[in-house]
This record gives sequence, structure tokens and C-alpha cells, in this order.
Amino acid sequence: MSDSTTTDQTLNPAAPAAPAYGRSLALLALAVALIALPFFVQAIGQPALVPLATRVLIYAIAAASLNLALGFGGMVSFGHAAFFGIGGYVVGILYRTMVDDTLFLGFIPGTDQLLITLPAALLIGGLFACVIGALSLRTSGVQFIMITLAFAQMLFFLFVSLKAYGGDDGLTIRRRNALFSFNTRDDITFYFICLVIAALVFLALWRIVGSRFGMVLAGIRQNERRMAAIGIAPYRYKLAAFVISGMGAGLAGALMANYLRFVSPDMLHWTKSGELMIMVILGGVGTLLGPLLGAAALVVLETVLTGWTEHWQIVLGPILLLVVLFTQGGLNGLLGRLGLGARHD
Amino acid sequence: MTLVLEQLLNGLQFGVMLFLLAAGLTLIFGIMGVINLAHGSLYMVGAYASAFVAAQTGSVWLALLAGLAGAAIIGMVVEVVVLRRLYARDHLDQVLATFALILIFNQAVTILFGRQPLFVSVPPALNGSVQLLPGLTYPVYRLAIIAVGLMVALGLYLLINRTRIGMLVRAGATHREMVRALGVDIRLLYTAVFGLGALLAGLAGLMAGPILAVQVGMGEQILIMTFVVVVIGGVGSIRGAFFGALIVGLVDTSLRAFMPGLLRQVMTGPEADALGAGLASMGIYLLMAIVLLVRPKGLFPAHV
Repeated sequence: MSDSTTTDQTLNPAAPAAPAYGRSLALLALAVALIALPFFVQAIGQPALVPLATRVLIYAIAAASLNLALGFGGMVSFGHAAFFGIGGYVVGILYRTMVDDTLFLGFIPGTDQLLITLPAALLIGGLFACVIGALSLRTSGVQFIMITLAFAQMLFFLFVSLKAYGGDDGLTIRRRNALFSFNTRDDITFYFICLVIAALVFLALWRIVGSRFGMVLAGIRQNERRMAAIGIAPYRYKLAAFVISGMGAGLAGALMANYLRFVSPDMLHWTKSGELMIMVILGGVGTLLGPLLGAAALVVLETVLTGWTEHWQIVLGPILLLVVLFTQGGLNGLLGRLGLGARHD
Repeated sequence: MTLVLEQLLNGLQFGVMLFLLAAGLTLIFGIMGVINLAHGSLYMVGAYASAFVAAQTGSVWLALLAGLAGAAIIGMVVEVVVLRRLYARDHLDQVLATFALILIFNQAVTILFGRQPLFVSVPPALNGSVQLLPGLTYPVYRLAIIAVGLMVALGLYLLINRTRIGMLVRAGATHREMVRALGVDIRLLYTAVFGLGALLAGLAGLMAGPILAVQVGMGEQILIMTFVVVVIGGVGSIRGAFFGALIVGLVDTSLRAFMPGLLRQVMTGPEADALGAGLASMGIYLLMAIVLLVRPKGLFPAHV
């Protein structure tokens, strides 16, 4: 059994120390591009691209959160769809409770205010991650991959069997959650809401990775025993990272439920965990902007290929295979070697 | 009482099917250190190859041969072309690459055979039921599956513990580098082990044909359960795979059979059925979580 935590010295997430001049310029360009995007696509007469970009942003939040556990913490979680789906169901259940005018569990009133549902999804996602992480982190290696998968599958089947919340069919959310007096139904407004939240999440992750906590986490990933020897209890740090990661995934799930105006057990299915992992690996494990690239690549690829052929997966499969076999460090690494990307080491 | 016995037999039958898959998976993992998500695809290949040949020729033996050979050959091709490059990589790359293989296999089968499930009839010789006990009749075909599974288990036990190849496999599972250093052609051994695993997966697939519908995605459903078996039994251990498979088969089948009934005692009909089905599906994952928490290396760890 190979121990992945000791070998990958190459993916060293160095501190985001004084960002290089070129890199801040690239970041600025990215920000401008993301802000200008909805107006640009409207100008070229492709307004359908706005929801697509929104989807990319939401998946980027989920993938970046997963990346904190997977890339920076070395915890290969195959169950992050659980937190993603939980976040979605927080929105769905709160909405349903509000419409039915009942109390969830007998004491929680429903709501459709984004300012309440998002923090709630964050909190509940973190809570589940805390319980699942506390148990799962007693194992490592393949067993960790499988036990996180097991917990996610349990939650998947739980929601499938909960007829009160739609069971297999899921819950429809008739209107998106409200935020002040914005019209969240409008695609561009919702895009900007997601963009702001994504920016905050990426900023938070950037700060976390560069903090003392992030350093310890990277140390644990590279050599857990050595960190224990210098007096750091790895378990607590790993659990904390796992919880933060689950919170981010929950947040993304809440946004996705709003975006689709629908939540179903599909969001918790293990293939969703696989998809999130693909985004992280495709973009570049243990890099800050990798997950954004990966999410964009996968979502765009999927959309383009579906329009092209019904059997789009026969094209996607070999592409993924080639990326794994022949690029080290995913798209971010590839761009970096071409001298373009946002490498930060 | 006969109902309980019948469900136990069903559980045993499901258990040996899981064992056929888990044995290959655990060998591949134990020896090469590869997480092969595409193992379920080989199961699907076996089922389709056999169903296709059976429909074309009508011969049971040709269908059997096609299922076994198809899965083994495709498995070895996959090993040589893709997996060989992944042995030294970390688990992440392996998961992604084999996930990509699943996509490719599923779409290729969809293109070749369409989305409609294929139905395979039970071989005429094994049609019908026998009376095992007064009041308990059981399909011959399922009994045959149990027999084949137990024979394969015995054969694997002899192969692993009594032959030179088995000795290399055991040595490879515990001291990979040492085996290589002693001059064994490890690449050939790897390909052979992978082929054997694929063959067993194909056998499970072709036997599943007449019981379940042969359709795209059949591999993934059983793959996850196979992983549960491997992890419960202890990664890399054939013995663990055997007992893990029987435990999972029995637990899953009996929960599915009896959980809704138990719940109906305390709840109303349809809700009890839905919740019961859900809880029954959760059962084996709960079992796996408990086993891992108590014994993180599984019940019969191979690497001591």
C-alpha cells in the first residue's frame, strides 16, 4: 500500500508570500474577466452562457473546498457529495417548511432568505463534516477513501427513503431564495451573487493556506509522523481542515439548490463526489486556482460535448485519461509550464 | 422459517457473487496497490459478451467461454495500456484514471448495444427448482451459482496457498520490492493477476445475466458494494474477501427482506416500505463504518 502523504513533495503549497507582480496582474485580469463576462456574453448575443458561468462558479466553490482537504491536507475524501447535498437539502427543507408553514423537527421555522439559508447550510455542512471527519480520520489511506464514501452513501440512501422530502424525486424550490430587494431570479444578478461568494471563499482559502494553520496542514500532509514528533497533534488539524472543507461544500450545495431551484438525492450520489474530485485533479491538486480551472474545464467540456454528440462521455473519458497520464499537476501545472498560469510556488 | 432459510440462501448467492468480484479487486489492490474503479466495468463486459454470444449462437458453453475470455482479454489490455502507468502514482490519479475508464466502457457499450437492457435466459439444464426441505423449493440456477462460487473460492485458496504462482502472489502482496529484487518478472505477474481478477469479474457478470438485467451501469452498482466487501474483509486478503462477501451478502439480503416488515409494525405501510428500503441500503455502509472504526485494517488484514 503506497502512502501518498509522504511522497508528493512536488505539490508544495508554499506560502502565498508577497505575490509576484505578474501573478497579481493575472489575478486582476481574471477578476476583470469574471466581472465583465455577463455583459460581454450579452453583447455577443449568447445570454445562455451566464447560467453556465454560474454553474462553473458554484462547482468551483465546492471543488476548492474539497481541495483544502484533498490537496492541502492530503485527505482523499470520496464523500464530499454528502456535504454538497446536505447544503442543498438545507435550502430545500427550509423552503418547504416555509411554504407548508410548519416547523422542521418541531422548532425550526422555514425561511427563504439567502442571508439565513446560506449560513445555515454552512453550519450544517460543517456539523456533518465534524461528525463524519471525527470518525473517518481514525483511518487513513484506502480505508479513509472508502469510509468517507460509506458515510456519503448512507446519507444518499437516507434522503432517497425520506418520502416527506421527496424521496427519489427530490424537492422543487419554486423560487430562488431572496436577498434584500435583488431579483435573484434574474440570471445576471444570481451570477454576481455567486461571484461575490466565490471570491470570498477563495479569499478565505488563500488566507487559510498561508496561515500557520495551513503550514501545519501542509507539514502533516508531507510527513505526519514528523509533525507529531515536534509536538503537533495531527488529528485536530486534519479534522479542522476537513470541517472547513465540508462547510465550503455545503455552501456550494446551497447555491446549487438555488441555481437549479431543485434538490434531489442525485446531489449526494457518489458519482458527484467523483466529479468534484475530477475537477480538483483536472485543475491541479493543492493549488489555489486549480479547482476553478478544473470546474470550468469540466462544465464547459460537458456542455460542448453534449451539444456535439449524445455519447459525449466517450470523448470525455480519453481526455481525462490523457490528463492523468501525461500532465503532472493538472491544467494549472500545464499552464504553469507554458509560463501562463497562476502557479504559486 | 422457510422464508428465513430462503433469504439466507439468497444472501449466500449474492455473497458468492460479491466474492468473485472482491477476490479480483483485493488481489489487484493488494499486489499492485491500484484502486481499480473499472473493475465493475469488467463485470459488465463479461455479462455483455456472454449475453451477446448466447443470443447469436444459442450455445451455453460458447457464451460461458465468451464471457470469461472477453473480460480477461479486455482486462489485460487495460492493464497493459493504462494501469501499468499508474502503479507508482498516488491513489488520486488511480481513482481519476479508472473513473475515466468507467466512462469509456459505459459509453462504448451503449454505442454497441444500445440503452435497452438485454435479457438472458437461464440455461435449460439449470432451469426449474428443487425441493431442499419440505416446503422450501429453490431455483437450481441460484444453487449452481453458490456451488460455482464456493468452488472458485476453494480453487483460489489452493492456487494462492499451494502453488508457486500463489507463493509469488503472496510474496508480492507483502514485499513487492523484494520479489522484484529476487528476479521475478513482476510485470508479467501483474498482468497475469489482473487477467485473473478480470476473469473472475467476468464470471460474476455472466452468471448475474439471467438473474439481473444486463445493462449499462450494472458494474457501478455492484462495484461500490464490492469495495465495501474488500474494506470490511481487509484490503489484499482473499480470506477477508470471502468472509467479507458472505457477511455483506447475508446482511444486505436479510435487511432488504425483513426491514420493511419490521418497520410496518410501528409505521404505516408505504412509508415503512420506503424507509425500510432506505435503511436496508444503508445497512452495509453502517456495517463497514463500524468495522473500520473498531478494526481500521479490516477483519482479516493481509499486511501484518
